[in-house]
Amino acid sequence: MTTGYNFAYLNEQTKRMIRRALLKAVAIPGYQVPFASREMPMPYGWGTGGVQVTASILTPQDTLKVIDQGADDTTNAVSIRKFFVRTAGVATTEETEKASIIQTRHRVPEAALREDQILVYQVPIPEPLRFLEPRETETRKMHALEEYGIMHVKLYEDIARHGHIATAYAYPAKVNGRYVFDPSPIPKFDNPKLDDCAALQLFGAGREKRIYAVPPYTKVRSLDFEDHPFSVQKWEEPCALCGSTTTYLDEIILDDKGKRMFVCSDTDHCRKSQEKAA
Amino acid sequence: MTKPLLIAENISKYYDGRVACEKVNFELWPGEVLAIVGESGSGKTTLLKCLSMQIAPNAGRALYSLRDGRTESLSDLSEAERRFLMRTDWGFVHQDPREGLRMGVSAGANVGERLMAVGERHYGRIRSTALDWLNRVEIAGDRIDESPRNYSGGMRQRLQIARNLVTAPRLVFMDEPTGGLDVSVQARLLDLLRGLVRTLGLSVVIVTHDLAVARLLSTRILVMQQGKVIETGLTDQVLEDPQAPYTQLLVSSVLQV
Repeated sequence: MTTGYNFAYLNEQTKRMIRRALLKAVAIPGYQVPFASREMPMPYGWGTGGVQVTASILTPQDTLKVIDQGADDTTNAVSIRKFFVRTAGVATTEETEKASIIQTRHRVPEAALREDQILVYQVPIPEPLRFLEPRETETRKMHALEEYGIMHVKLYEDIARHGHIATAYAYPAKVNGRYVFDPSPIPKFDNPKLDDCAALQLFGAGREKRIYAVPPYTKVRSLDFEDHPFSVQKWEEPCALCGSTTTYLDEIILDDKGKRMFVCSDTDHCRKSQEKAA
Repeated sequence: MTKPLLIAENISKYYDGRVACEKVNFELWPGEVLAIVGESGSGKTTLLKCLSMQIAPNAGRALYSLRDGRTESLSDLSEAERRFLMRTDWGFVHQDPREGLRMGVSAGANVGERLMAVGERHYGRIRSTALDWLNRVEIAGDRIDESPRNYSGGMRQRLQIARNLVTAPRLVFMDEPTGGLDVSVQARLLDLLRGLVRTLGLSVVIVTHDLAVARLLSTRILVMQQGKVIETGLTDQVLEDPQAPYTQLLVSSVLQV
């Protein structure tokens, strides 16, 4: 290669440091492992955490898929994919089934993942307790002592104000019966997919310098109340393009007279369904 | 056989070699209300913080009789045990309700927080318990979903009390609970506190500089000056017939209207 960069941009020492953090994260599911996050050639909020995790686990044989809100063709996805094509020269794909590593922002692909796949999440705020407890020293202690009552205070507030649990994304869940974690801002529709998932799931937060993981086939239970159980979003109409009734739909405004359509947010899954139907 | 709930043994705390409180000894029995009185800077609050393990004393120890019958030195408990104690068996009423309340969430959530912390996961039950407690501290039930920011000072203080008592603690620490309230609100709060203490059989350690508060609420009194306990006894006895010159001064300097 002639880019002048080491394979996948990061130097080998940095990758080793991140892999060590990853191993620890896999060993303690849901625990936030601090790591020495590097400056990346993109701004915070663009997935610097996810990019560092991907760079550390990437091999020349891998096939990479990058999605942003389920779509392969959005700015964030396109620029990260280009970044790895230039710095690592790996093959890329838009098909979930063909990818060995999938980096994602805000969605989990609709297709079921396999054991030989790794899902890398971009995380803005890894600490689920942050909005209720601003002190890092205190939240660490709360995790250590399993003091998670405060998480339910948030859900209580939701019900008191809206009549139901109104948290629709970044819905807190408990991993392996121990750590409460923030599954990144995925819609709560995707939370059940994290549970008992065959693929390894890695979470990277670049600005906050934290890595955490959900190993394959690990229990992930979304928090709820006995009389207000966890439930996912439902839509009244099917996807306007592929007719699916089981996927997560985005609302698209068509004009300023109130016309709108609902389409799958997972573009790859939607295209495949349309091809199958044709 | 009853035994003391809380025993202070030679508790001393120094800040940079300066005495904050020195060699404080007492026993608090179940159902007893102990008032710690003294002027500002006499070490009352430091003592309260040492007892409730918010700060570690330099010498001496506090023994507490746990629910399972064991009597343990508080400093020997693990942090997990101490924090568990703090949110179940103990209450702490701050002078400023903003310190004791979660101002960002509704009154109902404030009262329900301790229940959720000990594992209650049924919204309906949490809410009805919260309503019941708001009622007991004379806050209208239809204000349950309001933020404590909308509450008056007196209401906040009553909310803080409800939030602390919801898990039926056995020991409540109070740091000047009536400070900063006007006199009529103070009287009502004291009346309410006295009722709750009697009906629930609470043990209370209350820090106050207001002798009237001590007289109304407490059974026993501890007078502090410059970090040392200079007089102790039954409240009525100490206030009617103070022995130490400082206590005499304190009692005689109460404004008579």
